[in-house]
Amino acid sequence: MTTATVAAAPAVRTEKAPGISPRGWIGFLFVAPNLLGVVAFTLIPLISVVLLAFTDWNLVSGFGGISFAGLDNFVAIAKDPGFWNAAGLTMVYVGVSVPLTVVLGLALGIALNRPLPGRAILRAIFFLPYIVNTVAIGMTWLMLMNPRAGLVNQVLGVFGIEPGWFASSHWALPALIVMAVWGGVGYCSLIYLSALQDAPKQLYEAADIDGAGLWAKFRTITWPSLLPTTIFLLVTLIIGASQGFGLIALITAGGPGDSTTTISYYMYQTGFQFYRFGYASAIGLVTFAGVLVLTLLTWRAQRGRALND
Amino acid sequence: MTSKAAKWYWGIPLWILALAFLAPFAWMLSTALKADVEAYKIPMQWIPDPFQWDNFKTVLVGESSVLPAFGRSVFVAVLRVAGELLTATMAGYAFARMSFKGRDKLFLVYLATAIIPVQLLLVPRFIYFQKLGLYDTLWALILPGMFTVLGTFLMRQFFVSQPAEFAEAARMDGANEWQIFRRIYLPLATPVISALGILAFVWSWNDYETPLVLISSPENYTLPLGLTDFVDEQGSIAPGLTMAASVVSIVPVLLVFVLLQRRFIAAMTHTGIK
Repeated sequence: MTTATVAAAPAVRTEKAPGISPRGWIGFLFVAPNLLGVVAFTLIPLISVVLLAFTDWNLVSGFGGISFAGLDNFVAIAKDPGFWNAAGLTMVYVGVSVPLTVVLGLALGIALNRPLPGRAILRAIFFLPYIVNTVAIGMTWLMLMNPRAGLVNQVLGVFGIEPGWFASSHWALPALIVMAVWGGVGYCSLIYLSALQDAPKQLYEAADIDGAGLWAKFRTITWPSLLPTTIFLLVTLIIGASQGFGLIALITAGGPGDSTTTISYYMYQTGFQFYRFGYASAIGLVTFAGVLVLTLLTWRAQRGRALND
Repeated sequence: MTSKAAKWYWGIPLWILALAFLAPFAWMLSTALKADVEAYKIPMQWIPDPFQWDNFKTVLVGESSVLPAFGRSVFVAVLRVAGELLTATMAGYAFARMSFKGRDKLFLVYLATAIIPVQLLLVPRFIYFQKLGLYDTLWALILPGMFTVLGTFLMRQFFVSQPAEFAEAARMDGANEWQIFRRIYLPLATPVISALGILAFVWSWNDYETPLVLISSPENYTLPLGLTDFVDEQGSIAPGLTMAASVVSIVPVLLVFVLLQRRFIAAMTHTGIK
């Protein structure tokens, strides 16, 4: 759940601010404390993870046992059925939970943009799941989805459906998807809400004069003007959903069987349960590369389609 | 339809949906006040009878009290927030308002690392912290959190939007660079600083994956790890105690949320940081 993305950020402006400090080294002193920490805790680990991916190294072999392995790890990944199983599950998890969260978030955002009784409280309620820690939420849902006596199945039982949820290899992934959607919809709706408040009012007025219906207005004005927001949300949620392993480690430990061993959990397992650092690093790199490609594709798909591009 | 009727026409279904969204939290609170045997009773009883306040007593002052873990979480969060605010405001200010050799190239490096997911860095951090003797200490959680690219980025975006004239005038009056930063620009940044502070706090408070990997002894558990410790005689999760501890873990974030709601939502929605 600890995913960070630089979002909707204004483009980098690199022009020189006029009239700034004549003595260059002072500016460097201001940056130095942060820079030292970033080098130590982000840059060096980043370079290390790339190097590690080309080594065969595990905890048992110790520091002396580190050896260059060339592309061995990547070849092994290509042949590893565990990796491909995890990759497939991740596709399903991300491919279902992310679009669902965004679409429902959009609907909710539009609804919350109307005058409503207690609107501020409504917003806060939908946002609440987003700010609560993984463990409290995970433990609650684990009990709510208890197949025998949990509240969810008490309700569904009325309709004659009683899924096994986390006890079933068919239902465990859908259960995680339900949790992800519940947790993310409020966040998406608030992002959409702030974008909707910047929507071009004069276009709506013009459309009203032309007698356009609700759907026509949505399709020709709302949706295009929200496209950058949608892309931002897709990218953020794709990165978050494909990298997080906390909830899975807490609730299912990848099971039953390997039915919830997503790729991030597979990496966690490889690195921190089997201590195969080289292989885990390679998995991490491949995953990151995959997410990066997906992100770029998402980005390219929208180019030129936004309202004010 | 009058506008008031229209308000309720949409309002009623949304409120019903909102209550459904709240149900897990209501369940959490209700179960926190129940004896373990009552937790899975069919049909579900929303109002506990009797109220089992003992769960909170056990969780707070009992043998496996969460208070030490709570304290550690506070300690970690305070240092992380303070460190991040200090280093990020200074660096962000310099990237925006001062010139030094290699500034723009360095900032590009910063930007490039901003998209790296934390999870990718956990394996090397795990190895280094073991070598440095920081593994299984709170410093393994605190130190990386004190120096962030993202905080620097946020602060830079703010300072870039501020006029340079203030600095020029102050420089004419003989102020040095530190005074210009500290007395003129920093006070202007209060809203951004509080937004970053909220984010850093929530991020630190809720972090589960980092301690899961970098902390191993129960005496170093932060709160999220401590929540998983409540089991009954059969070794299965004790619902009442676990939920009571979960409620306790939510309170600080909820408090910040309720008190600073507008700023909180703005901070979270404008940065995409979780």
